Amino acid sequence: MIKVSNLSFSYSEKAQSVLADINLEFDHRTTAIIGQNGAGKTTFVKLLKGLLRASQGEILIGDYDVKMKTAAELARKIGLVFQNPNDQIFKRTVLDEAMFGLLNIKMGKYTAEKLAVSALETVGLGDKLEMNPHDLSLSEKKLLCIASVVAMETDVVIFDEPTIAQDDAGKEIIRKIIQELKKKNKLVMTIIHDMDFVAENFERTIVINKGKVLLDGSTREVFSQKEVLNEANVEPPGITQLAEKLGLKKTILTVEEFLQECAK
Amino acid sequence: MKKIVVEGLKYKYPMTEELALKDISFEVEEGEFIGIIGKNSSGKSTLCQALVGLVPHFYKGAYGGKVLVDGLEVRSHTIADISLKVGMVFQNPFTQVTGSKMTVYEEIAFGLENIGLPREEMRQRIDEVLKLMKIEHVKDHSPFDLSGGQMQRMAIASIIAMKPDILVLDEPTSQLDPAGSEEVFHSIQDLSRQGITVVMAEQKIEKIAQYCSRVLLLYDGKLVDFDTPEKIFSRDDLKDYGVTAPVYTRVCKALGVKKQRCDVYPVTLEDAELALRGTIK
Repeated sequence: MIKVSNLSFSYSEKAQSVLADINLEFDHRTTAIIGQNGAGKTTFVKLLKGLLRASQGEILIGDYDVKMKTAAELARKIGLVFQNPNDQIFKRTVLDEAMFGLLNIKMGKYTAEKLAVSALETVGLGDKLEMNPHDLSLSEKKLLCIASVVAMETDVVIFDEPTIAQDDAGKEIIRKIIQELKKKNKLVMTIIHDMDFVAENFERTIVINKGKVLLDGSTREVFSQKEVLNEANVEPPGITQLAEKLGLKKTILTVEEFLQECAK
Repeated sequence: MKKIVVEGLKYKYPMTEELALKDISFEVEEGEFIGIIGKNSSGKSTLCQALVGLVPHFYKGAYGGKVLVDGLEVRSHTIADISLKVGMVFQNPFTQVTGSKMTVYEEIAFGLENIGLPREEMRQRIDEVLKLMKIEHVKDHSPFDLSGGQMQRMAIASIIAMKPDILVLDEPTSQLDPAGSEEVFHSIQDLSRQGITVVMAEQKIEKIAQYCSRVLLLYDGKLVDFDTPEKIFSRDDLKDYGVTAPVYTRVCKALGVKKQRCDVYPVTLEDAELALRGTIK
């Protein structure tokens, strides 16, 4: 669905490159992008979304060459939920915020409202349509941003740190949204620091370190490579570490798996 | 010595129907590291703000009961007075940044300028916290050009620079990567060992279990329990309060393996390993 070839990027000509020679292909697997702060994860997704222009290389999204399209054209194809909701929110009411993108891609008001309301209900904000987004809590703001992007029904949906400030209930909502999107055959990609959430929800994991792809594979494969992860300053999920310390041979990703393995 | 005393605290935000905090009482000793847990809108942030006086002085609203920080009654003192004793790191660093300073260095100086600290001491303290929070390399950047993680480090640095006796933090590591949040927890633990009293609201339950001396569980504005991490996370009804125990506790509980010579379940990786070693083939 997405093909990235020889992608490099730096914020200015003099500066060191943030991303160097990235080659990746994305299919329909739910994909987590992990790595330290400053590794280049957010820069990478901004390039996919066309918010930044590549210094070198090519990005194809379906049959779109990102370089040849405007950000407005790309908005129909790819949605990005920002890390900081304050960067994304600017309308006066929750409903207007969720409708904003839809109206911008020239959708009729009636349909836009219907889609927006339905997305807001999914994230549990159905009773706050008339509220000012800035009066919401941080976790609600994040959910509003997620709803606004999900409502656009783009083929590609990217989340930047969706679980920040979420409690168990919030994480459950996000988990369900990811599953729903997957069912609809969308490509879901997430930048995330919550390794437990990665282990439980993502099929593929890519580790970016210092602007390069350090590891790429099924989540289980990636979390089994402790030494390489160490290099990127990434720790496997707690349960994976515990299983490893206790000498379980299989790479364990969830509490359930751990218990099954013990019952054997 | 009791650093924080909360007695029958009740609070209602203006224009709302329901109390955000319902009759909360607890005491914290000097140098303790307290974790506040609970699902969203259970009152964690409101309680943090009540310790620094933003509740009720900034938010107004209806207030009952008593909060004493280092012997100072919050209700009858100004936020300026209280800020000399208690510092608070906000949940969203973006809301904490003053917006009036051009560099990270000056941003950290803001609070210090306000308490009229001599220039030399200001420089010394700023250099110290820049180093402690590992943001020396961005000291001349604009606060708004920082990444989420760097901004969060700056927010913590500017409060630590004030050298408060009591440090209140509202999810201070949400934007940091795992290694970064481990570092920050470590630095905060160091401060607590130096005698600073720490109160932290946090969703990262494994970290709370590892670092806190006691954990305060809130639900719907009420204090459910206030005890050691082991006791809190061994509770059978934790799920009812929208909180999940650390993975280590969940595994041990499911296998019925308690911490050695105790009636509680392990809450950290080390303790779980110790308890489970030998029981699993």
